[in-house]
Amino acid sequence: MNKLKRLFKEKKNNILSIYFTAGYPVLDSALKILPALEKAGVDFVEAGMPFSDPMADGPVIQQSSEKALKNGMNLDIYFSQLEYLKDKINIPVVAMGYVNQMMRYGEERFLQRCKDAGISALILPDLPLKIYLNDYKILFEKYGLTNIFLITPQTSEERIREIDNASDTFIYMVSSSSTTGTKEKISAEQKSYFERIKNLNLRNPTVIGFGISNHETFSNACNYAAGAIIGSAFVKTVSEDSSEESIINFVRKIKEGE
Amino acid sequence: MDFKVNKEGFYGEFGGAFIPELLYPNVKELEDNYMEIINSGDFQKEYKQLLKDYVGRPTPLYFAKRLSEKYGTNIFLKREDLNHTGAHKVNNTVGQIILAKKLGKKRIIAETGAGQHGVATATVCALMDMQCVVYMGEVDIKRQAPNVARMKMLGAEVRPAKSGSKTLKDATNEAIRDWINNPEDTYYLIGSVVGPHPYPDLVARLQAIISEEMKWQLKEKTGSEIPDKIIACVGGGSNAAGAFYHFLDNEKVELIAVEAAGKGVDSGQTAATTTIGSPGIIHGSRTLLMQDEYGQITEPYSISAGLDYPGIGPLHAHLFKTHRGTFLSATDKEALDAAKELTELEGIIPALESAHALAALPKIKVKPDNVIVVNLSGRGDKDLDTYMKVFGY
Repeated sequence: MNKLKRLFKEKKNNILSIYFTAGYPVLDSALKILPALEKAGVDFVEAGMPFSDPMADGPVIQQSSEKALKNGMNLDIYFSQLEYLKDKINIPVVAMGYVNQMMRYGEERFLQRCKDAGISALILPDLPLKIYLNDYKILFEKYGLTNIFLITPQTSEERIREIDNASDTFIYMVSSSSTTGTKEKISAEQKSYFERIKNLNLRNPTVIGFGISNHETFSNACNYAAGAIIGSAFVKTVSEDSSEESIINFVRKIKEGE
Repeated sequence: MDFKVNKEGFYGEFGGAFIPELLYPNVKELEDNYMEIINSGDFQKEYKQLLKDYVGRPTPLYFAKRLSEKYGTNIFLKREDLNHTGAHKVNNTVGQIILAKKLGKKRIIAETGAGQHGVATATVCALMDMQCVVYMGEVDIKRQAPNVARMKMLGAEVRPAKSGSKTLKDATNEAIRDWINNPEDTYYLIGSVVGPHPYPDLVARLQAIISEEMKWQLKEKTGSEIPDKIIACVGGGSNAAGAFYHFLDNEKVELIAVEAAGKGVDSGQTAATTTIGSPGIIHGSRTLLMQDEYGQITEPYSISAGLDYPGIGPLHAHLFKTHRGTFLSATDKEALDAAKELTELEGIIPALESAHALAALPKIKVKPDNVIVVNLSGRGDKDLDTYMKVFGY
């Protein structure tokens, strides 16, 4: 069973995931960031493949992607870094990027490299459900990979059920109608949306992302879902200080509060 | 061969809606409603009335006598430059603003490169009393100052896109992000036959008025509604889509699309997508685009801000792939020469975009009895700065 599926089988709540952009702030950052995140007790990571036109991302991740590309990051280096880390870390790794990167690299070649690098799942926000089911599902399965789908406050119940059926690890629940980025609080409106999804009793666990940035928003999210994902707030932190100490400190504050 | 979009939103292998789930409800709402709305009697009545009284349609089909003599054939110019706001862009914005109103939207967002689509959007928003936000690359804001001022005077807010190359592609990304952040009250008014399905089809249908008029005008002037060739420039490709639309299925008509070669297709500074591009996804659509080996979208270049886009609409990618369309390119210099030639021979100063279409004339084989239509998509007022610099007026 792949590592990520095992994690969700064994752990049912307070799952903490951190997103970082590979190649940021410097080209080799992942080599330090990933082990530090494991040491800090993060449950799984999302390793962002920087893209020139990240349309679902807010300013912080956009800027980190731009910088990473300027640093020379590309898919070959990305996969080599993760391959190098494969035997040195245990936490599951999810690759996050955009569908054009996979298509241009060649789908099978891309998926083979994901497999070789020990990647458990993919998040390609612009890969539509229908196209995944028709054209990619069998291919992903061949390489032991799974695609993680997003739902938002606007997603209809019918479609949530379809997404639930097409998923086998977790569903990425976008906290509000927005691109990625930090928000300070979770609103009453968001809580009622989280409540609504919780009451659907989906087959798959949900993990809340977009707008999760601190202990308060993280623990709030964990009341309604199996866990939460933090992206922009972490990227901001490593842009200022990407040392192991800074990373461990960031994660501790998320878990325990200030 | 079928050149209309299929049920899934594809033209052959191109098109579709490769969008984040965040945009799914917005796009689905549009997809479920656009055909019924634009085919309704209500819509058609308001659209046609505005095109006539507000835009100034039908635009003339002008027999360019001296230009024809020069090239030894019969050249007609479809005068989209005579539309209100100076280009074909307004055909689309008039239609989409009525659609947005019928969908109950309150706020309009748009992207713009040269500012022509931005101005055409700001214009119809003033007309319909709608809030208007136009995203424009920071670089384009600097090089198209008069259009920025026009948009502001028309009441639009112009927001700079500061990411990437700070041009049209990035303005489009910003508009998409705005739409993600405002899914309920906001309508995204796309300016070309690009973006996720149904936009390429919607915009093509609204621009199809160009070829609809061409048919009866040709019949009046030549006795036949069928020309031998139609020439149009392609950035995203909306004027070309409109000029080709009613002739797509008639293989006797050669459809010639002219892309911007910039400083030359091999110069590294070009926007000739079909020459140096490859299949991929840009702005939610599978099409041909300029990208590196890792799928990173590369920066286009053209002297003409309206053609400075690293992709083409999926319809055009399909026309290219199936050889239904003839794809040529014109360099900055060739376009400038063609603009000067038209001005001197016919007293018409064309937009730099349209000058690329004219620049195809010396490149194609013609017979004396051929009927050739060049879609003159816009007028050159906005490009005077460039013309002054280049020609030293």
